[in-house]
Amino acid sequence: MSTLLQQLINGISLGAIYALIALGYTMVYGILRLINFAHGDVYMVGAFMGYYLAGGIGIRGAQMLMGNPDSNIFGRILAHGLLGGGVLQPSLVTALVIMLLAMAICAALGVIIERFAYRPVRKYTRLTALITAIGVSLLLENGGQVVFGADPKFFPELFKKRNVELFGGASINTADIAVLVIAFALMVGLQLIVYRTKTGRAMRAVSFNLNSAKLMGINTDRIIAFTFALGSAMAAAAGVLVAIRIPRVDPLMGILVGLKAFVAAVLGGIGNIPGAVLGGLLIGITETMVVGYLSPTYKDAVAFAILILILLFRPSGLLGSTVQEKV
Amino acid sequence: MSRYVRNLIIALAVLAVLYGLNFVFAGRMISPYFSRILMLSGISITLAVSLNLINGFTGQFSIGHAGFMAVGAYSSAYFSVNYGIRLAAALGDGTLGWIVALAAATLVGATCAAVAGLVVGVPSLRLKGDYLAIVTLGFGQIIVVFLNNIEAIGGARGYSGIPIVKSFFWIFLIAILTIVIVYNIVHSAFGRALISIREDEIAAEAMGVNTTRYKVMAFVISSALAGAGGVLFAHFDGYLNPKSFEFLKSFEILIMIILGGLGSIVGSVLGAILLTVLPEALRGFAQYRMVIYSLLLIILMITRPQGLLGKSDVFKKWRARLRGKREGENAITESGAGTKKEER
Repeated sequence: MSTLLQQLINGISLGAIYALIALGYTMVYGILRLINFAHGDVYMVGAFMGYYLAGGIGIRGAQMLMGNPDSNIFGRILAHGLLGGGVLQPSLVTALVIMLLAMAICAALGVIIERFAYRPVRKYTRLTALITAIGVSLLLENGGQVVFGADPKFFPELFKKRNVELFGGASINTADIAVLVIAFALMVGLQLIVYRTKTGRAMRAVSFNLNSAKLMGINTDRIIAFTFALGSAMAAAAGVLVAIRIPRVDPLMGILVGLKAFVAAVLGGIGNIPGAVLGGLLIGITETMVVGYLSPTYKDAVAFAILILILLFRPSGLLGSTVQEKV
Repeated sequence: MSRYVRNLIIALAVLAVLYGLNFVFAGRMISPYFSRILMLSGISITLAVSLNLINGFTGQFSIGHAGFMAVGAYSSAYFSVNYGIRLAAALGDGTLGWIVALAAATLVGATCAAVAGLVVGVPSLRLKGDYLAIVTLGFGQIIVVFLNNIEAIGGARGYSGIPIVKSFFWIFLIAILTIVIVYNIVHSAFGRALISIREDEIAAEAMGVNTTRYKVMAFVISSALAGAGGVLFAHFDGYLNPKSFEFLKSFEILIMIILGGLGSIVGSVLGAILLTVLPEALRGFAQYRMVIYSLLLIILMITRPQGLLGKSDVFKKWRARLRGKREGENAITESGAGTKKEER
């Protein structure tokens, strides 16, 4: 019983992270009908931004950029990071600040990717866009290996983690609680943006029909860029949250997680925001259950097996609606 | 009489030339480094041309090709380790004996890959576009997970002890066979059905093309040929690791055919050679190699989305030029229509 509860807690925590990434996939797909393969790598960049914001780029790197880094506060932050430079102390607020900064950086990255890679190919076939997305993904992975270094890095502890005992012998880590609360808050925030603001209404209009939206006077380019910014920010948040849970970041960490998050988006019904959250949680829980009760070596096959089953029996996903094919 | 006799003579001549070259490459006349790159190019050609049949000519976007290559590689390696060595020994352990053993291994590998292609293709080819892409990716990944878990073939440690047969003859025979098979398919009624599916699936169905059947058949043939490519790969270094068949390998093959032009056999061959030689040329900047690749891919997509050669069929143009004008006009309009569709 306690193991089941424990697995469930782990699964929900992992699932919340998948859900955050899946949101980006689902929003971009909803608007452009494009599988943004690079999304998983934006998540990786988010985790690395968290790493560098907390720990800095090192004295040598800072020296190369601005001479003597210890001469002023910016140099110290650049060299030692917000935590190492002594600007912030390990606490939940620090984690939030670092996460928000990483989100801002990745939002900018998302907009840049959209502007320079996806917008020029939007006039071609969807296949061209898909291949471009694969190209951007490869670029981020391999560029990441060159810029960040190929070896895994240890993510600094942003706040003191401890275990909280629950009934029935299970325990929950404060990191998991933080992940769940922050992820939930972000999802609610996203829901508010999409359904309660004018920009959100424009996003929904564009996803319904891009050309009609354009005729109604919506600046579709701006809305698409905004969607990318929003999705990338979510992915960055997921990256930092993952690094808080499992303090290990490497340039290839986004490949598999990205694919699984995409599966989560398809499972919930691609283009559907609550569906992405549901799909993420389901994938996360199933995966931890398989690790706990079957065999950890088959962990990575689970998501794909689910994907194949869902596409064969209900291609529109759990919460998606079927679209009639027209000639 | 003339056509069959002529084809037979050409086939025999090709066999003789390849067999002769085999001795050239087996000797010390050509540097092992050069011959290694040449043979790797041959393997890449097999993989790229076979993927082009399903991606380029049928228009079904599959990105799990490395999975079928893996099935072919592992099944043939298992065969060679357990039976092939004995078969070659029984035939005298010479070049001829090994060619027979390798032919048997190729048959095993291609058959297993074809079966895998059938199992994957029947359910997934009901899907279209992005969904098909992601499902084939998923199947490819599942194949790798299973390879990692089967102890009889080494599991995650990799499978070693496979007899090494670096046969120039066999590699290029398979590569040429693949090109001939795909070329003949594309220029037959079957191939026209495939191309009609690519151009407009609904219209093809309305014209009486059994689209599912044709798609599955193309997929199975493509998988079998990829399996043959896997056989060559398995016997090249004598060691297999599931890691070499992950989706990065699939992407690599995909980039080859996109670079050359989806739907162009000559383009695939060119792309395969280019992407095998380029890493060697860029050896000095090893760590920037993949960065350059991916940048090239993005720039190519933005500036020339139809690939270097587009859908143009160089063979057909040559033949048309040799034979006279009428067919030439046909060939030009055909390729012209192809580029127009791409640019829409």
